[in-house]
Amino acid sequence: MQYISIMQKICVYISFLLLSNVIFAKTIVVGKQTQFATIKAAIAFATNGDTIIVQQGLYKEGNILINKSIYFIGENMPILDGDKRYEVLSVKANFVTIKGFKIQHSSFATLDDPGGIKLYNSHDINILDNYLYDNFFGIYIQYCKNILIKNNIVEAFGKEEQEIGNGIHCWKSDSLQIIGNNLSGNRDGIYFEFVTHSVIWRNISFKNIRYGLHFMFSNDNAYFTNYFKNNGAGVAVMFSKKIIMMNNTFAENWGDAAYGILLKEISDCYMQGNTFTKNTSAIFMDGTNRFLIEKNVFKANGWGMKIQANCMDNVIDHNNFIGNTFDVSTNGTLTLNTFNQNFWDKYEGYDLNKDKIGDVPYHPLSLYSVIVENNPPAMLLYRSFMVSLLDKSEKLIPSLTPDNFVDLKPLMQSIRL
Amino acid sequence: MNRILKYVIVDIVKNKIVLAYAIILALFSWSTFSLEDNASKGLLTLLNIILLTVPLVAILFSTIYIYKSSEFIELLVSHPIKRSKIWWSLFAGLASSLAIAFIVGAGIPILIYVDFLKAFMMLSVGILITIIFVAIAFLSSILCRDKAKGIGVSILLWLYFALLFDGVVLFLMFQFSDYPIEKIMVGITALSPIDLSRILILLQLDVSAMMGYTGAIFKDFFGTSIGLVISFTLLILWIVVPFSISLIKFKRKDL
Amino acid sequence: MIEAKNICKRFGKLEVLKNINLQFNKGECIALIGPNGCGKTTLIKSILGMVLPNSGEIFFNQKSIKKDINYRKHIGYMPQIGKYPENMTIGQIISMVKGIRNNATLLDESLYQQFEIDKILQKRMSTLSGGTTQKVSAVLAFLFNPDVLILDEPTAGLDPLASEILKEKIIAEKAKGKLVLITSHLLSELDDLVSQVMFMQEGNIVFHKTVETLKKEAGVDKISKAIIQVLKLPKV
Repeated sequence: MQYISIMQKICVYISFLLLSNVIFAKTIVVGKQTQFATIKAAIAFATNGDTIIVQQGLYKEGNILINKSIYFIGENMPILDGDKRYEVLSVKANFVTIKGFKIQHSSFATLDDPGGIKLYNSHDINILDNYLYDNFFGIYIQYCKNILIKNNIVEAFGKEEQEIGNGIHCWKSDSLQIIGNNLSGNRDGIYFEFVTHSVIWRNISFKNIRYGLHFMFSNDNAYFTNYFKNNGAGVAVMFSKKIIMMNNTFAENWGDAAYGILLKEISDCYMQGNTFTKNTSAIFMDGTNRFLIEKNVFKANGWGMKIQANCMDNVIDHNNFIGNTFDVSTNGTLTLNTFNQNFWDKYEGYDLNKDKIGDVPYHPLSLYSVIVENNPPAMLLYRSFMVSLLDKSEKLIPSLTPDNFVDLKPLMQSIRL
Repeated sequence: MNRILKYVIVDIVKNKIVLAYAIILALFSWSTFSLEDNASKGLLTLLNIILLTVPLVAILFSTIYIYKSSEFIELLVSHPIKRSKIWWSLFAGLASSLAIAFIVGAGIPILIYVDFLKAFMMLSVGILITIIFVAIAFLSSILCRDKAKGIGVSILLWLYFALLFDGVVLFLMFQFSDYPIEKIMVGITALSPIDLSRILILLQLDVSAMMGYTGAIFKDFFGTSIGLVISFTLLILWIVVPFSISLIKFKRKDL
Repeated sequence: MIEAKNICKRFGKLEVLKNINLQFNKGECIALIGPNGCGKTTLIKSILGMVLPNSGEIFFNQKSIKKDINYRKHIGYMPQIGKYPENMTIGQIISMVKGIRNNATLLDESLYQQFEIDKILQKRMSTLSGGTTQKVSAVLAFLFNPDVLILDEPTAGLDPLASEILKEKIIAEKAKGKLVLITSHLLSELDDLVSQVMFMQEGNIVFHKTVETLKKEAGVDKISKAIIQVLKLPKV
């Protein structure tokens, strides 16, 4: 009985504590007509749980540090300007929400990586509906957990890789949700290094100088329904494991050495339902193992898949290859990957038993693609009569291309996806 | 206007082969552009067709025409006309009528479907290729008195430029693949008018990105305005050299 | 009027003209005869500038023909087999040649009318018979009232009527004091026409005599017979 009463007292005490936050939390308004003309003053006055509402206007206050658990809300997109000399917004507290600001002109020093918003060792932070304009790094996260970054625009104007930071840069963090952001002109749109258990969903990443999305040493992550267009490479996944990639679009990542997706030293990944259009190389695989690629569309790319000889046990199953210059190419003769029941528009076989599976196997590797892989200058002969003749004859009598590079059951019709 | 030239053109234009050539080119071009979903791809397909058929038709038709005109040339030579004028008129007549056939057949759809810069490039390359192979036909027909032999030489020359030359280039690439041969290869490819034209067009299209390092070298050189001038100069040399040799030979020829 | 000095011409190893010297004057009508391959046509073509001699020089009115092509204004040439661009009509051919010659002198349209060319002006060259083609060639040769006429087998392929018209024309032109050069195999035809005979064999001129001398030497009154007689005579 006494035990119960103690428990009751504790419960009451805890709920009182929790409620006190709500009941006693204040709302502080920052603006020209209010008591607080500066944000810094408002933060100094605030206590945990308070809400600071910043009214429309231009605020040039140098570096603003949020060191309390507050709701930091912009009204009609107030502008926080770093004047190209300061990191604009630093967060060194937990349970913070930042919403509705235009944050611009952070300093451009490279040494301490200043950002528009930078989180230091925090957890449970929401960054919502902000417009990060012309910062070195857009949003910078390190040693953080449970972070939601949603509906922000990160726009930068980098010209060279080393002169600009990443749009959303995440370092040694866990459980991040990056949703619905719009990223352009950064080095990488989104950058993950040592990040785990995170999801990237519905972002648009375009015209970034290096990659739309970049994983380094980051395991157990997933990205869905993102749109990567016109980046140096759409996505780069490097030295990572167990990444799930679904329903993304990789478009027009076009240029010398541009890829839809670049895979390097990764394993146990899964890819489904993605669309690759007009990339120089849709997928470039280097040291990639146990990767299941199914139900994707490869359309109008220079190369559908470039599979280096150091890739093993990958399965390419039920994909559509339509209108690519080269569907597949490889630099070796040994292939330890499986092609199964894909649709190849270049397939010229027949289907007598009407099971919608071609009766003759398809060799997706054209002779010319092998020649080019071994001898890049041969690309000079692209579209010459000679080359078409070579390919035709190789198709009739395969002799030079590896014969284990084969889809034994090519589909007669493209898969509806 | 030069009277002989006028009559040569009238004669060629009335010739149904040139008309058929223009119609076939037109059929190819219109169908290519309407079948391909984007104009750039259509242009690529058309490029293949053009680089194959235009030289063939130009060299073959011209060679046959020159042989067929031998009595006509004879007739003219007995009149007070300079030989060089006859040869020039014949050349100008053949080149211009074939070029016109090309413009009418392929040029109109290209101009309609493709944006102006690429279309302009494609047309000028097509016209130059036409004239180049007319000039080569003049050379091969002046070198061989015998008609059958002359036509044979023309077909061989076409085969060489359209196919064998690329084979040799490929062979060289494999032989010297251990060396940094990209720059040399770019130089060698420029020695064939068909290859040079093909690459000039490819550089105008997005596919140039696929050409990697070698393409970049090509672009560095031939993509600049100086490079463009040089490559067009090379193409024009392909006209000037064979034709001048044939002209010198013709002036000394016994009819 | 036409003078050749030391003309040599080789086609490869074959010597076609061996050091030919000759002189043709105004008012003469010369028959150039000889077996096939004796160099007649080559000689004619050399005069016309169609064949370029290996050595020697040809003069027209004392001027070398190497430099100046304008002497051809004064020559009408009728080839053995005239071939023309197939798709051109007779009318176009005639007006083209008119355009090329661009002559200010009065045109001689007598053959044009006699052959009734104006009725077939619209015909394409490819549809013409050999005889009609020859008619066109003849018309073109005489059209510009040239001082010199060079006729290579003029009557071959012509019907008797046309042949007669042409012969009369040749005689008429000769009477006007023009130089006429004819090659023909039909020796019988030459009787009324020629004033001189030049006989060639294997690139040499075997003889070049007036008809009178020839007939006198042979003692016959037909050129054809005379030639055969003369050839039988031992060489002097």
